[in-house]
Amino acid sequence: MSDIKKFMFVNRKAPYGTIYALESLEVVLITAAFDQDVSLAFLDDGVYQLRKGQQTKGIDTKNFSPTYRALEGYDIEKLYVEKEALEERGLSEDDLLVDVIVLPRAEMGALMDEQDVVLSF
Amino acid sequence: MLHIINQSPLANGTLDSCLRVATGGDILLIEDAVYAATAGGAMEAKMREAMKRFKVHVLRPDLEARGMADRLLDGVNGVDYGGFVDLVVANKSCQSWL
Repeated sequence: MSDIKKFMFVNRKAPYGTIYALESLEVVLITAAFDQDVSLAFLDDGVYQLRKGQQTKGIDTKNFSPTYRALEGYDIEKLYVEKEALEERGLSEDDLLVDVIVLPRAEMGALMDEQDVVLSF
Repeated sequence: MLHIINQSPLANGTLDSCLRVATGGDILLIEDAVYAATAGGAMEAKMREAMKRFKVHVLRPDLEARGMADRLLDGVNGVDYGGFVDLVVANKSCQSWL
């Protein structure tokens, strides 16, 4: 099919404090239904979205973090995480709840340039 | 005085602003500000410095929601919602740094 476009979702916000992380996930799942080439990028505070062990009972909010593990089932397997953002937050790949591709900032920028559509959350 | 911060320390200058202006008292970190109470990141040294001037508290349910309860910085006091109210009552005034 020639009408497949490269979509990148850029996630830069921590979960729960704002609605961006959840809204991004919703749109990602919609896009996946249209058989597009989808990548997710997690930059800055966005890396916190993938943190293991989220327990939201105490804030009466839906814990949507298990959804990141379900993305594979929708053929969304390209999850890129900014290396420097992890380091600044004292996190490593082992602290995340899914397998990701860790990229240095410069490579993340190059990957962004390759996209047809970039959606920012 | 109680200073309440709800913005992430690495995405927003709110906590920095508070630390620059406020002279002492209690700081309560809630919502995305709880990341400031975690060890191992770029904020740790700044928080350790701040804890010499302020008593720092963190709202535990917000820390747990974000999966960071096991990263709590030594010396930061975890409180529940009742503890939040106690801090408000114990202080003459409070400011939410929006």
